[in-house]
Amino acid sequence: AAVESSDSEEEDLVSYGSALPPLQEGERIKKPVPLQEQTVKDAKGRYQRFHGAFTGGFSAGYFNTVGTKEGWTPSAFVSSRQKRADRTILGPEDFMDEEDLSEFGIAPKDITTTDDFASKAKDRIKEKARQIAGVVAPIPGTTAFDDLIGPSKITVGVELLRKMGWKEGQGIGPRVKRKPCRQKPDPTVKIYGCVLPPGLSEGSEDEEDEYQPENVTFAPKDVTPVDLTPKENVHGLGYKGLDPSQALFGVSGREHLNLFTGGSEETSHLLGDLRHSKGRKLGITGQAFGVGALEEEDDDIYATDTLSKYDTVLKDEEPGDGLYGWTAPKQYKSKKRPEREFKYIGKILDGFSSASKSSAPIKIYPPPSLPRNYRPVHYFRPVIIAGNENCHLQKALEESAGKLESDPAQQSRHALNAAQRREQLGETELKGPAPSILEYLSEKDRERLKEMKQASEQQMKAKIVSQQSPNSRFQPASPEGAAPKWRMLLGRELANAGSSDFKPFAKNPEKQRRYENFVKSLKKGEKDTLERFLDPNMTEWERGREQEEFFRAAVFYRSSNSTLSSRFTRAKYEDDVDKVEVPRDQENDIDDKETAVKMKMFGKLTRDKFEWHPDKLLCKRFNVRDPYPDSSVVGLPKVKRDKYSVFNFLTVPEHTTSVTQTTNEKIQESNSLNKPKKPSRWDVSDKEKEKKDSISEFISLARSKADVQQQPPVPATEECGTGTRETLPTLVTNEDKNWEEESRRPPMDLFKAIFVSSSDEKSSSSEEESDEEQQPATSERESETTKQADVPDSSSSNVQESVTATTDSGISSLPTSKQELDATEEFGPKLPPAFSSGRFCRHLDSTFPGPSRKEKHRKIRERHKTKKERKHKKEKKKKHKKQKNKGKQKNKKTEKESSSDTTDSSDSLSDMDTTGLSPKELLRR
Amino acid sequence: LRTYQGHGYEVLDAAGSFDNSQICSGGADKAVALWDVTTGQVVRKYRGHAGKVNCVQFNEEATVIVSGSIDSTVRCWDCRSRRPDPIQVLDEAKDGISSVKLSAHEILTGSVDGRVRRYDLRTGQLFSDYIGSPITSVCFSKDGQCVLAATLDSTLRLLDKDTGELLGEYTGHRSTTYRLDCVLNEQDTHVGCASEDGHVYFWDLVEGSLALSLPVGQGVVQSLAFHPRLPCLLVATQGQVTLWREDSFQPEGDPD
Repeated sequence: AAVESSDSEEEDLVSYGSALPPLQEGERIKKPVPLQEQTVKDAKGRYQRFHGAFTGGFSAGYFNTVGTKEGWTPSAFVSSRQKRADRTILGPEDFMDEEDLSEFGIAPKDITTTDDFASKAKDRIKEKARQIAGVVAPIPGTTAFDDLIGPSKITVGVELLRKMGWKEGQGIGPRVKRKPCRQKPDPTVKIYGCVLPPGLSEGSEDEEDEYQPENVTFAPKDVTPVDLTPKENVHGLGYKGLDPSQALFGVSGREHLNLFTGGSEETSHLLGDLRHSKGRKLGITGQAFGVGALEEEDDDIYATDTLSKYDTVLKDEEPGDGLYGWTAPKQYKSKKRPEREFKYIGKILDGFSSASKSSAPIKIYPPPSLPRNYRPVHYFRPVIIAGNENCHLQKALEESAGKLESDPAQQSRHALNAAQRREQLGETELKGPAPSILEYLSEKDRERLKEMKQASEQQMKAKIVSQQSPNSRFQPASPEGAAPKWRMLLGRELANAGSSDFKPFAKNPEKQRRYENFVKSLKKGEKDTLERFLDPNMTEWERGREQEEFFRAAVFYRSSNSTLSSRFTRAKYEDDVDKVEVPRDQENDIDDKETAVKMKMFGKLTRDKFEWHPDKLLCKRFNVRDPYPDSSVVGLPKVKRDKYSVFNFLTVPEHTTSVTQTTNEKIQESNSLNKPKKPSRWDVSDKEKEKKDSISEFISLARSKADVQQQPPVPATEECGTGTRETLPTLVTNEDKNWEEESRRPPMDLFKAIFVSSSDEKSSSSEEESDEEQQPATSERESETTKQADVPDSSSSNVQESVTATTDSGISSLPTSKQELDATEEFGPKLPPAFSSGRFCRHLDSTFPGPSRKEKHRKIRERHKTKKERKHKKEKKKKHKKQKNKGKQKNKKTEKESSSDTTDSSDSLSDMDTTGLSPKELLRR
Repeated sequence: LRTYQGHGYEVLDAAGSFDNSQICSGGADKAVALWDVTTGQVVRKYRGHAGKVNCVQFNEEATVIVSGSIDSTVRCWDCRSRRPDPIQVLDEAKDGISSVKLSAHEILTGSVDGRVRRYDLRTGQLFSDYIGSPITSVCFSKDGQCVLAATLDSTLRLLDKDTGELLGEYTGHRSTTYRLDCVLNEQDTHVGCASEDGHVYFWDLVEGSLALSLPVGQGVVQSLAFHPRLPCLLVATQGQVTLWREDSFQPEGDPD
């Protein structure tokens, strides 16, 4: 059983190959057959004897005789009488052995690249290399045999390229428009080193330019791969022996022997020269070997080697003829320029050239020297509220802090501005170079203004004794507060922004220059001199417009700086058109919406509504009447705008004015919701839904039911009045959003700024509206001023007289005296000291569009406007409730509340009121 | 019953006409094809989109095909004339269109740029509601008052059509990468959405609470359609299509 099993096991095994014969006893292991005794046999066991090279290398046929042992087998005779037609033509294959047709035979039948498909032309680069090698070789011309040996095949790729129009010697790539290859310098006039006169190369190119037709393109230059040869010898760096081309070709006219030329140049010379010297007889000529009898050049036999032929300094090599690659940057160096220090290193793109004028070096200002007692760490002083019982403590603290102030009333002296301080000190105003609006008016206007001023002054004197300067009458009403706001923004943000590369007015260099000056001055902080940069020849309106533009451009630059990364999008417009079609309405900023979405405040905040024109056919197909039967527009209406105007970048839908107004209202209303409990959105939706839509009604019903159980049903807002019902819903959705998002919403500034300008241009009626908008803010302001500047309460009673005139427009005949009294107080404390009131006026006037004649009226009206505001204020203060209509009540209430704690900052911003935003909102920004 | 062959790449969406006589389809070959149902032949092929066609819809009378593409345009193709170019291109979207729905006079588009746009042909207005997250699917409610939008933050939102306000929000499913469908059922009482975890979720429309989750398969539920009149749901997942009906349903004749 055991044997059987072993047998079966052996049967299971698979054996490969033939087993070695078992070793005999005492037999030695075979030695390997030496090489000379090895024989080659073919597949049939026949010996393949090697013969000499002349017989083809190995035996053919039967022992090199015939096909078989029996000799040639005669073919059977076939009468050509019948089979004349299919007489076969014998090919070489008929006489070949079958081994010859196999894979390794001389005529393999497998698929290989035949010579038909190989390129017929020789590889030129290789050829060149070979030629060079031959030249450099000790025996010149030896490589000529290389051409004879071995077929030169050219690959299919080259063949294909040639089919596509490529020719030998050309580079690969699209055809370029350029000057033709510079003529190779005559080989007999060879120039080495960099002593090439600068006029020569450029000049020759210029000459050729004239023969160059415009529409001729050229193939790109061939790129010869640069082979970096390692340095294997121990010669010095850059050393080379005798130049073989010089020695061999007997070149005359060697003026300069440059030892320091790089290898690439040498190669290039070789490449260039060999072509021309092909026909020349190769031979050993030159100095090293003397001049042969057959050489013509015997002029240089006794040349002396002088030092002047050698370079004493290492210099850049001459630009090569067509070698791109790592040698490329050198080619573009212009020799004309003396200043070579600042060079762009790297490849310069097509169509570009390095600037001819280097930009002025950036001026670096030293940082301000720190005061000696400056401590880099801020420490907080305990804040003590003045006026309560711990007065002593406060004083002690102040003294310890080195602040010895005698008068507690002056503690806030930093909050006062110059006018207030002056007032407190009883000084008169400086008449000197205080920036005044008058400087920027034309002579005529100035005259007229003076008249006006005098008239009013007389009037004033007759009425009341005022300690106030007449200038302050020209305090602008708040709509013009935009300019300082810009400045504030810019001053903050532009300080570190280098906007030299941002050229919004590139089309108009003059304007661009002005803009740059403007930005520079902004950066430096000379905020009073903006108008200086405007063109004095322009009209007022133009100036105003331009200034506006500058502001926007600057702001745009600033804002783009910070938000650019997140806002990159592909180019909307073609570069080469001046006018572009801009959609009139664009979906405005996403930032607002994102926050709205985050707060789940869907609705108006997340919705954009546009006019959209469906195609007529589309309407027809949908069986809908064309909503715009007489318009040819399809899609969103577009407007043609100047492409290079800044307004393009700042595209703001025209309807934003109204929108902002409405949102403003909303926001103001939302301010009133500062109450602890926030009504749920479901509450709101149920109130607003007057529509009979099934689902929403359904939902809201259900939700409200649920809400009733969950929370006390009365939203806090409702206590303020019944009129708010309608606006309530949106309000609720807005409120949270506004609170949260305002901290990061720079684009709204743009809106505001634009809104300012548009309100500027509006008639007085719109100003009335904006006045209404201002009311809450002014009330706030009023409360502040009374608090801060200790205005006697009697003023309020004064103004009460004028309450009746609140509704009249612009120019009222009220006595100017009262608001004169208050004017400084109004603007005094709130403004940061950097923004003097004079500038307000100026900006106002420069931005004011229209003929200068109107300006006067304008100013007057503004004066009255402030008057009016004051009236409003007083009114509000006294009889708060009387003034309100349409649910504005609660705004004011809350505003009042809020004003108590956040008065100061809100006041500083309150001049922006007319932009249509409440100070509240601004405050949060 | 019949195979309609002719698209070069995968077909991404198809829709039937009101009379079931025609089918339109759009695919990754950037073309919109109009098929004849009975013959199985391509009646027309509309080329013009620069990218994959994500969604196609017929209008009510099957005279216009509206297709939304990854190239951020919605194109309205005319089925009546032989015009090769679209009637109108709605190129307001900033990113690819993921979903298009039509009502009698409105075109509702959901785009990856996070906006739901509603083109009202009757009033000639465009309403653009920003939602934020890329929108995968939009649909009208049956009463035409609401818009349901599914977004890639795994949320469905029900918006009031006229004001754009948020009426409801439905979460619980998973939708972060795929373009998944959302539906409303035949009576607008429930909101359904496919999910990437192999379920189909249904919420109560009013309460916003999860009412049902149907385990359909292992992989992503790719497509979802609700019968317009019957409680009947068609679900496609990983190469299989399932039809769901309520328990009490007795097959009467030929469904659909």
